[in-house]
Amino acid sequence: MSLRLKALTKSIWVYHLSTGSCNNCDIEIIDMLTPRFDAERFGITLVGSVRHADAILVTGSLNLKAIPRIKQVYEQAAKPCVVIAIGVCACGQGIFKNGPNCPNPVDSVLPVDIYVPGCPPKPEAMIAGIVKLIEKLKGKK
Amino acid sequence: MIKLFFNFLIFPGFLFTAIAGLAASWIDRKVTARIQWRVGPPWYQPLIDLVKLSIKEITVPRTASKELFFISPMIGLSAVTLVSTLVWLANIGPASKGFSGDIIVAVYLLTLPAIAVILGASASGNPLASLGASREIKMVMAYELPFIISIIVPIIKSHGLLRLGDIINYQAANGPFIASLSGAIAFIVMIFCMQAKLGLVPFDASEAETEIMAGTFIEYSGMLLAIFKLTKAMLIVVLPLFLITLFWQGFGFLSLWKYLILLVVIILIRNTNPRVRIDQAVRFFWGKMTLLSIIAVLLAIKGM
Repeated sequence: MSLRLKALTKSIWVYHLSTGSCNNCDIEIIDMLTPRFDAERFGITLVGSVRHADAILVTGSLNLKAIPRIKQVYEQAAKPCVVIAIGVCACGQGIFKNGPNCPNPVDSVLPVDIYVPGCPPKPEAMIAGIVKLIEKLKGKK
Repeated sequence: MIKLFFNFLIFPGFLFTAIAGLAASWIDRKVTARIQWRVGPPWYQPLIDLVKLSIKEITVPRTASKELFFISPMIGLSAVTLVSTLVWLANIGPASKGFSGDIIVAVYLLTLPAIAVILGASASGNPLASLGASREIKMVMAYELPFIISIIVPIIKSHGLLRLGDIINYQAANGPFIASLSGAIAFIVMIFCMQAKLGLVPFDASEAETEIMAGTFIEYSGMLLAIFKLTKAMLIVVLPLFLITLFWQGFGFLSLWKYLILLVVIILIRNTNPRVRIDQAVRFFWGKMTLLSIIAVLLAIKGM
């Protein structure tokens, strides 16, 4: 494994982007970063600014007002940067499938790398998703 | 000439202090994790964070002043490199190295990383960064006053010596200053000022993650952010070393325990305190700490 890939996969700084969710996925993300699950073992920390981020955790059913904003946030991120869709709303719109306010799934706006379904997904599920993402990145090289 | 460059760039200047700083910041993260009942990151985590940041893209905001945005991290890094060389050399050869008045140069150079943060934040053109910069300015004005008054204490006690090596030699002959009452009070004041200079938790209002995101560093990414992180890591080595030099008879390689005690004190203060507001911090430093340091100076004049 090259040093570049090791550095990118061993120190993932996540940025948390809510696009109009019910806050349940957001609470579970915070739960994933608590001492019980200790994501810092793998170098995962939550950062406040998208400029520092290596992974953007998108939650919520993407509503119309949020579309230009999440595009702007993704453009501001320093590349390489991956997008992780957390929760069933961000993965495939969930119960808002036919809603008038959120006609676009997240992956029609951003290049989503991995989907973690659940309403909300458990912290274990998110960690498993990140492990699968790392395996995918390693396989790509 | 080659020896000079070797001193500044490899040992004991940039490279050595950077490695020691990365190790110290790993100890910081690991002990913090153990206090919070976690396992904590592996030993190479600070290094791999830097490597990752340095291979990422550097983004420059459209509203930024570009030259200042790029130069200010270098100002901080070069200042901390110079001051680390100065303080290490004074400890390695107290009789021969250094020049008269290097204690004043060290005080100025220790302020420069904070100035660099302020410059970079105000150049980035972000409202939250300018908020962080204004908080950092207030913090610098707050902690510099008791810091400088406390530095007067070892100068008075050593009868006006202004060279770091001379102060170490004086303490080697007459006992460390920390053993006297005035030295102990000034040392406690200096520990709080050190915490504020490092920007660690009770005094980290300028980069408060939960209220103004990353504050002063909000627009920095890639290599430039890595340089700021490296500057912070090197300061964790240099500032305790400066304190040991002034009050605790200097630092030899057999007395690593002095440094470790100061590091543990920093980590414990960081983990047991909530963040104070900027007005509380200014009141703390200009009130209690300045009063304590003036008392220490008066006691030192009395010879206690």
